[in-house]
Amino acid sequence: MTTPLPHPVPPSKVAVIIPAFNEAGALPGVLAELRSVLEARGIDHDAIVIDDGSEDATAAIAADAGATVLRLPYNLGIGGALRTGFRYAVARGYRRAVQFDADGQHDPEEVEGLLEALDAGADMVVGSRFGHERSTYEVGSVRRSAMRVLRVTVRLLSGRVFTDTSSGFRGFNERTLELFARVYPVDYMESVEALVIACASGLRVTEIPVEMRSRRHGLPTTRRWRLAYHYLRLLFVVLATATRRPRPTEVRP
Amino acid sequence: MTTQAHVFVVIVTLLAVAFVIRLVRRRQLRAKYAMLWVAVCAVIAFMALVPSVPNRLARGVGIFYQPAAFLFAAVVFLFLVVVHFSYELSRLEERSQVLAQEVALLRRQLEERTEGDEVSAPRGT
Repeated sequence: MTTPLPHPVPPSKVAVIIPAFNEAGALPGVLAELRSVLEARGIDHDAIVIDDGSEDATAAIAADAGATVLRLPYNLGIGGALRTGFRYAVARGYRRAVQFDADGQHDPEEVEGLLEALDAGADMVVGSRFGHERSTYEVGSVRRSAMRVLRVTVRLLSGRVFTDTSSGFRGFNERTLELFARVYPVDYMESVEALVIACASGLRVTEIPVEMRSRRHGLPTTRRWRLAYHYLRLLFVVLATATRRPRPTEVRP
Repeated sequence: MTTQAHVFVVIVTLLAVAFVIRLVRRRQLRAKYAMLWVAVCAVIAFMALVPSVPNRLARGVGIFYQPAAFLFAAVVFLFLVVVHFSYELSRLEERSQVLAQEVALLRRQLEERTEGDEVSAPRGT
């Protein structure tokens, strides 16, 4: 399905996958910081920006900053944009990838921790906002209670404890990339579903604590009842799919 | 309706829910549609279990033959669903047009790079 592209990358190289929708404001700072921090740590990487049908100069700005830009012809939403990045990473032969936010929410200093977890044998690693005892990250009340429900559900279904099921700050190895290049959810809060899919497919998923900043550019404007609907739908999908037995064909070694 | 008929309706809705969940598990149905059909099944099962509610609703809008009220509501609902699907279909057609055009432009770009060698169309087009 995913045709391999020529010029495979060196095995140590990390793909930093950055989905971006109308992020021209935050991107230059985010990309510059990412590059300087990772270079200082000696992490060989490529920043891959997926322009999810932006109406602003996102693609041009990302290209100017030296990133590889994949431009989608129209907006697919976060899940579709991410899957584009995963397919690209698989096609190019990246062994490790990190998902990184374009809005400055994630701290590039934490990328090394994700990579260490992958090197320690994890197929997928989730950076948790709530792992720190003195976590400074704040969320609204609807979101907080819904996150608790999801956390308990995922724990019951996967038998594993994740303090932050919806984090978008994650690391993936080749196996997980290969899975997510074929199967990745497209709906709102796709990260929770992806976590359940990964666990159900028999991948080793771990979690490490990370510090996150508040978003630089505005909060999502989803209204309360809408949010409640999204969580209900998510719960339904998670319950319906999590009991699915892993099939041998799902993960090719 | 007889008790037997109510039990029959509930069983049919349960089977329908099971079928919808099966489609979601195989990733052949988007969650938003699954939610819609599960909600529809829930409403129908509720009306079969507590028939006094639809009866009272029907009388409330001035319809004294309850099945007529039910069929009317069903027709209105299905009409709305079909209109929504036509809308989605139009959007998908527009998107596949854009995709095909995008491919044409990309193929041209590729041809220009490879100095005029004709880039063959992928199989199946």
